[in-house]
This record gives sequence, structure tokens and C-alpha cells, in this order.
Amino acid sequence: MQDLSLHVLDIVENSIAAGAEKIKISINEDTARNKLILTIQDNGMGMDKKTLTRALDPFFSTKKTRRIGLGLSMLAQATKEANGSFHIKSKKGKGTTITATFMHDHIDRKPIGDMTKTLMTLVATQGLDVDFLYKHHKNNYTFIFDTKTIKKDLKDIPLNNSEVIKYLRNNLKKEFKKLDERSNK
Amino acid sequence: MKKLKIGDLEKIRDKVRRTANLRQGKAKAKITVHMGTCGIAAGAREILTNLMSEIDKKKIRDVIVTTSGCAGLCSREPMATVEISGKPPVKYVDLTTTKMKKILEDHVLKGNVVKEYALAVGSERTY
Repeated sequence: MQDLSLHVLDIVENSIAAGAEKIKISINEDTARNKLILTIQDNGMGMDKKTLTRALDPFFSTKKTRRIGLGLSMLAQATKEANGSFHIKSKKGKGTTITATFMHDHIDRKPIGDMTKTLMTLVATQGLDVDFLYKHHKNNYTFIFDTKTIKKDLKDIPLNNSEVIKYLRNNLKKEFKKLDERSNK
Repeated sequence: MKKLKIGDLEKIRDKVRRTANLRQGKAKAKITVHMGTCGIAAGAREILTNLMSEIDKKKIRDVIVTTSGCAGLCSREPMATVEISGKPPVKYVDLTTTKMKKILEDHVLKGNVVKEYALAVGSERTY
């Protein structure tokens, strides 16, 4: 994976496969403490203790098509490369939360990448069945993208309508630009 | 992004109303882009983003685009499956955005399977 936005897409696809209906993605960039913290929380089926202990093993997977599972292990590896840490919390029947922490200015810390593309991929293909809440916090600036409230505003118009997608894509791009401009210190 | 502005919402509503009639019927095709770890690492997100913008440009309203997990053939990613209603699904492998565009134009819109990009053509024999 080249950047964090691809990792996010990958982990969220796991959440969707686990039957999640609500997925919270949060990125917190705290340059004063030199940290970047990514958390993804879902209300999917969760894992029992035995599965959880093997979740980061690249040679373990629950899928039937292949016996390897690289998604989580590669993200965990990416945190280690950037002097960070990786935590995973899960409860059978309740959901899973992953927390990936990176040293913000570490030379090997993967760039955030194109988060708009990741979010629009998720919204356009899964947005009708799954609610996504994306929160990006950088120093003193925060923005929130919440498909649940957008769905409410749209009323009878489906969220995956191409006009809606276009509108949301443009807005997200603007929000990320604002985030870059206003959070610089 | 807190709330949709009323003005923007009205604009979207207007545009959607104009095209709504076309979407009344059932979808005639489904395109599934494989979005497992292997697919994503091989560039599936780019394939899907481009596919969506092509569908938008061509004003296609009766095609569903969705994602799936790893199909077990990681070395041939990016992959996509095209299902035209009533016909057997076709799996395409080693995709690029240009290949996907051709598949959309030839297979999805005109019904001609792009054999040179397909993994295999035809249903498997049932005993």
C-alpha cells in the first residue's frame, strides 16, 4: 500500500465484510506532540479471543479464497516503520476498533494520500447500507463528513446518485484544502 | 462538511428529477470491482474511480457498481466481474483504466464480451 488512504479503504472493506452498518474513521494529526493517530471503529460481528490473537498474523485469515491475510498486518507494519504502534480491540458480536499511531514527521511515515477517493469509493458502492462518519482533526482545525446526516438532508434522493456523488466529491476536496490551509502552524 | 446547503440540495434535486424516469427500470448490469487487500494494492481504487466518472460522463443510469473481496487470484488483480442480467458473469483480469473503459463500452453497453481481457468465457459445466 502506497499511502494511508489505501490502508483505510482496505480495513473498512474488512468492516463491511464483517457486516458493519456504522463505521467511524478518525484521523488526528497533532504536530505539537508529533503524532498521527488513525482509528477505525465498526459495529460488525467482531472477533473472539482466539481469532483476535491471530489477527495480525499474515498467514492467518478467515476468508476461504486464500490462506493469507495481509491487510491488518501491513498496516501494523506501517506503524512500526514510522516509530508508532498498533492496537486492535474486538468483542464478538459488538464490533472492532483499530488504532494505528505514527510519528508524524518520521521519514518513513506513509503520506495520508487521497482520502477523498477512498471515501467516495465507499460512499458510492456501500453508502446505501452503511453509515460512514469521517472525522479529520489537525491541530486546532476539525472537519466532519457524516453520511447519516447527508442521507437525512437528501430525503428521497439516493446517496449513490451520480449528481450527489459529484457534489460530495467536490465538497470533500474543498474541505481537505481548507484543512491544509487553516491548520498550518 | 456539516450540512448540505438548501440551494445545493435544490440543484441536485432538480437534476435528479430530470433523470429519474430513466432509473425506474431495474439495473441491466452489475460491475463488481474486487476490493480486497490485493486488489487495492494493485490499483483497484483507481479502476473504480475512473469507472464511476465514465459512467457519469456517458450518463448511464442502469448500471450498478459495487465492490467485493479477494477472489483468490491475487496475482491477476485488479479484477472486475461484469454481470449482464440473464447472462453468465464474466471475470476480467489484469485491468487498467483503459481496459475497463473498453469493457464498459463494448461489454456493458453493447453486450460484446471483451475476450482478450477476460479470464475465461462461459459457464462451467454442471454435472
